[in-house]
Amino acid sequence: MSLVSLNSSVEKNTDSGKQTRQVRELVASWGNQTRKGIVLRGERLKELSREAVLARGLGRSYGDSALPADESDILVETMMADRILAFDPESGHIRVEAGMSLFELNRLFLRRGFFCPVSPGTQFVTFGGMVASDVHGKMSHASGCFGSHHVNSMLMRVADGRLIECNADCEPDLFWATIGGMGLTGHILEVEFTLERITSPWIYSQSRRIANIDSFMDHLLDDGAQWPHGVGWIDCVSQGRNMGRGLLDVGRWASEDEAQGRSLPTKRRASFPMYLPEWALNRFTVKSFNTLYYWKHLQKKREGIRHPDDFFYPLDAILNWNKVYGRRGFTQYQCVLPSSAGRGAARHFLSVLTALGGASPLCVIKDCGEEGKGMLSFPMKGISIALDLAIRDNTQQIVDRLNQVVIELGGRIYLTKDTFTRAEDFRRMEPRLDAFLAVREKWDPKGKFSSAQSKRLFGR
Amino acid sequence: MNTILLGGTKGIGRALAREIIEAGNQVFLIGRDPDELERSAADLRARHPQNTETGWALCDLEDPSSFEKALTLGTAYLGRLHTVVVTAGLFALQEDLEEDTELARRLLTVNFANTVTFCEYARKRLLAQGGGTLCVLSSVAGDRGRKPVALYGASKAGLSHYLESLDHKYRDQGLITICVKPGFVRTGMTAGLKAPPFAGNPEDVAKTIYRAIEKGSPLVYTPAMWGVVMAVIRRLPRGVMRRINF
Repeated sequence: MSLVSLNSSVEKNTDSGKQTRQVRELVASWGNQTRKGIVLRGERLKELSREAVLARGLGRSYGDSALPADESDILVETMMADRILAFDPESGHIRVEAGMSLFELNRLFLRRGFFCPVSPGTQFVTFGGMVASDVHGKMSHASGCFGSHHVNSMLMRVADGRLIECNADCEPDLFWATIGGMGLTGHILEVEFTLERITSPWIYSQSRRIANIDSFMDHLLDDGAQWPHGVGWIDCVSQGRNMGRGLLDVGRWASEDEAQGRSLPTKRRASFPMYLPEWALNRFTVKSFNTLYYWKHLQKKREGIRHPDDFFYPLDAILNWNKVYGRRGFTQYQCVLPSSAGRGAARHFLSVLTALGGASPLCVIKDCGEEGKGMLSFPMKGISIALDLAIRDNTQQIVDRLNQVVIELGGRIYLTKDTFTRAEDFRRMEPRLDAFLAVREKWDPKGKFSSAQSKRLFGR
Repeated sequence: MNTILLGGTKGIGRALAREIIEAGNQVFLIGRDPDELERSAADLRARHPQNTETGWALCDLEDPSSFEKALTLGTAYLGRLHTVVVTAGLFALQEDLEEDTELARRLLTVNFANTVTFCEYARKRLLAQGGGTLCVLSSVAGDRGRKPVALYGASKAGLSHYLESLDHKYRDQGLITICVKPGFVRTGMTAGLKAPPFAGNPEDVAKTIYRAIEKGSPLVYTPAMWGVVMAVIRRLPRGVMRRINF
């Protein structure tokens, strides 16, 4: 029986799973990796989550972490479960349904003087996804990760069908395994956290050109101590003296005086119209882009008031920018190189990358801050490097080689971005893996939950 | 603008409630599920710094005896009532309705007879206050007899017919009736259906409906492209309609 009800519906006691038409469709990740699966959509996440093996938000994970492992697998898309369930303007405590987006939160609360304490590089993400990836942001050296350091509690649907409210005191093993756990311990239905008070909705920022990677390392650490938010863009094509030159962008919330009561305009967004053909991105175009981007920043240093969208989410200005990489898609390689690996680690990594010919128009570097508390959280004390790689025949070899460097240096990769890492390599980077798998086994002994990524890396 | 909204917990109704609240107005939710009503009311309370209270009451489109009471509670809560909106209704696929005649009867009753009955109570109440706006979601499905929506479309055709008459008859007395005809909109209702071109999202549709309420436009197609599509469909000869599957 397929009776989809609007608000005043008839089927009071029917099992909602039965009403839903199950059609196989192509599910795509942000890097345009695709798998077939069944996707349930709707406002009632509590009901829809019952039979799903994986929850999925706005689909901004680059790799295969939000894709079904098998084409008979049922996913639940959380986007329509997007309500604020409680908000206290005194304390900033807020509780939301897992499908609420950071974009919507910013739209509603920036002008009221509140901001999410951690924000990734795009605002088109859901809070459920932000917990599952334990996202870090420009401010990770100061504010840590969203799940690890700011989520107070959450409601989950676990494998045996129960609804469980978990936090650091109640079912802590489930709580810490779910933070950064890529949705493999159960479905996150509701998330409770505390918004940060801000002095104005504007950012006071400083950006400057940096001549090479060594200078970058100095500035990242020095400026990081003075500015709460910071991220660097690196031209990873240039070699020799110019290797790792780039732009460093740091900022803080502007004071009331600096903002002068200016109201924050809503940004217009363009949409990238089509997939570019594969030949459009080559060594020459990437090199030209990088050189232009570097020298577009004519002054050595710029300082002033900026729109927070420009500062936090520069890529959000063009919707569907992922189409630049063509139909075959792309992967983002993001790793953290621990401080213990020494100052030369980033230079070593970049020299391996340039030798491999991994030309990338987007390469981002930042100071990673404290280690995440989630059992599989990505960040650790050190430097994080992220770069986009258009998928070509040799992408697997490039990722394998970079993974060897990361393993040697004692670092690790970010699962949210990953499509190509091999199970044995991931195990070598992740001493915490067995502890995580044990908690997963405890809460999901029958192996209900899975993703294409979990099957690739953990066998189920 | 004080509004009573039947069907504000999901889909277009949810988006419209937010639009009304964020413009600085008051909404009173009525619907069937107390838990969902409370969660949606909480969402609305958080969305505007001046909106600290959003009330709700039970109202079931399958149970006409709940209509008067819900409207009374809403009016008492809001004080002066300006607008009544109905976004609730039932949807099922033609094949399921053909297979299960009891389901078809329920859908026809809810979408036509009971929705009209609810509107009659709302009409009296608004007229007694000297006027106001009644805004009801019908559908493009009611514009032409079409194969895939024979029964659902019939219920909406009847509703559209009633809403047009109401607007003709009572506009002089201050009652503005708005018939909204959404095309395909991506909500829980259409989940699992293949989206055609010009599919809309509930936020944009809600913005259009809110503007129509402000302006008092009697008929709204949304997304707007569906107005053009239906203008063509309405003009197609019967012989063509018999052959195509639209």
